Amino acid sequence: MKNTTISDAFGKRRADIQAIWTKQLTSAAGSAKGRLSSTELEQQARQFLELFHPAVQSNQLDDINGSEWLEVRAFLEDLSRRRVLAGFSSDETALFIFSLKRVLFDILKDESAGDAMQMADHFWQMNVLLDKLGLHTVKSYQRTREEVINRQQHELLELSTPVVKLWDGILALPMIGTLDSARTQVVMESLLQKIVETESQIAIIDITGVPTVDTLVAQHLIKTVTALRLMGADCIISGVRPQIAQTIVHLGVDLHGVTTKANLADALALALKRSGIAFTKK
Amino acid sequence: MDRIPILRMGEFLLVTIQVDMHDELAMRLQDDLTNAIQTKGAKGVLIDISAMEMVDSFIGRMIADISGMAQILDAKTVLVGMQPAVAITLVELGLTLPGVATALNVDRGMQLLRRSMDDGDDDASFQR
Amino acid sequence: MTAMTTLHSSGELPLKTERDIVLGRQTVRRLSQEQGFSLVDQTKIVTAASELARNALIYGGGGVLIWEVLLDGIKRGLRLTFKDEGPGIPNLELALTDGWTSGHGLGLGLSGARRLVNEFELDSAVGQGTRVTVTRWK
Repeated sequence: MKNTTISDAFGKRRADIQAIWTKQLTSAAGSAKGRLSSTELEQQARQFLELFHPAVQSNQLDDINGSEWLEVRAFLEDLSRRRVLAGFSSDETALFIFSLKRVLFDILKDESAGDAMQMADHFWQMNVLLDKLGLHTVKSYQRTREEVINRQQHELLELSTPVVKLWDGILALPMIGTLDSARTQVVMESLLQKIVETESQIAIIDITGVPTVDTLVAQHLIKTVTALRLMGADCIISGVRPQIAQTIVHLGVDLHGVTTKANLADALALALKRSGIAFTKK
Repeated sequence: MDRIPILRMGEFLLVTIQVDMHDELAMRLQDDLTNAIQTKGAKGVLIDISAMEMVDSFIGRMIADISGMAQILDAKTVLVGMQPAVAITLVELGLTLPGVATALNVDRGMQLLRRSMDDGDDDASFQR
Repeated sequence: MTAMTTLHSSGELPLKTERDIVLGRQTVRRLSQEQGFSLVDQTKIVTAASELARNALIYGGGGVLIWEVLLDGIKRGLRLTFKDEGPGIPNLELALTDGWTSGHGLGLGLSGARRLVNEFELDSAVGQGTRVTVTRWK
């Protein structure tokens, strides 16, 4: 009897594979949880097999990094991305590929027509192939997760320090908590952006809520003041605590040319005065 | 030959840089502007760079030079509209343009020039 | 470069005239935009490119700009190499000092460009030329 190849077996039984696999995917309790409809799962299984089939036919089963597998890889990357965003766990996501093992092994068993050597050989090849595709899926999943986390971190940084308008033309940035370099940078960039958007002349950076300032953060503050001046705005730093004043001097950071005030109220009074606004008591 | 247009607004000159300048064009602007200050008897110059996506040390130096030359020709220079990303980059580059007056936009720059005219020769109040 | 870093794409531009500097800036701007760099990061790498391209042209008598888009895990980076066959730099340490210049510039080109990127490499041999490689990661 003529040897059947994996590709032959796959081609011959494609419809069966799709039907059984889809059934497995939709019945697996973990995979759905209401996040994916059975129609979606069926569609994903069909799309995957449409790409998987020609790739298997290429007979390049031991290397999924080649161009034959490009579309399959891209499909799995896209699938992982969607599943990350839909809140799937990594094992639930990998199950998409691994659940195909059982289906394909059964089909290969049927098609081997009792040739044990050939069956073992096909099992092994398919096993290695699906493991690689599964790993690729998990890797894509992790990559997307990292991207999501990175983005959220950035958003959190921006949210953690809002730029507020105190008066027409006067913005304040009340900073609270420990300042690290990354946070200071994000916050300063959003302050500069707000200055342009609101056409504000004066920015007050209030550091009352900041316990310590190191050299790097002090330098960021000075750079911000300088950048604001280049843009044509003025900057006042308020709420400098005695310890911070000591640190700044000990660190040898030059705050020359930077206006500082003891508290936010004094800073606002100065900002109003510079803007030519005066109050009188009734 | 490319040239950056210099507009006259009363006793002030307005230059809006909207192209990615090559070095020769920047030098030509410096020539044209100093000549225009002289021939038009301008008392102030506004350089609007709000459309510029980048200022490197060459352009930075040109701006500082224009400001210095204008000063000698008895005209004040105000650099207006620098974008945040450009300002952050310039500071990182180490170019802080200490002698150059700045304003958020053309309107504010104009106010600054007018105020300095009213104050007469009091340069100290003009320079920040 | 870590073992994880892979090359996504690359290209080369001549640096023979002042207009090539402008072209170089525009190319670097486009590439950094394509990599999703923030506006500030774009501006930093474009400005560094402008400084280094001008150095290669003025002090190196012209050269080339080689750009490479890098992938390292989820990080994306842009590496720029400026190569000239000019007189070279006799004292590298001095050349990297703020304010030092052999020409008419402000002396901020090399030292300033170094502050605008994440990785900076300077190679120079007197009489053979200079190669500066800078990388900025997203």
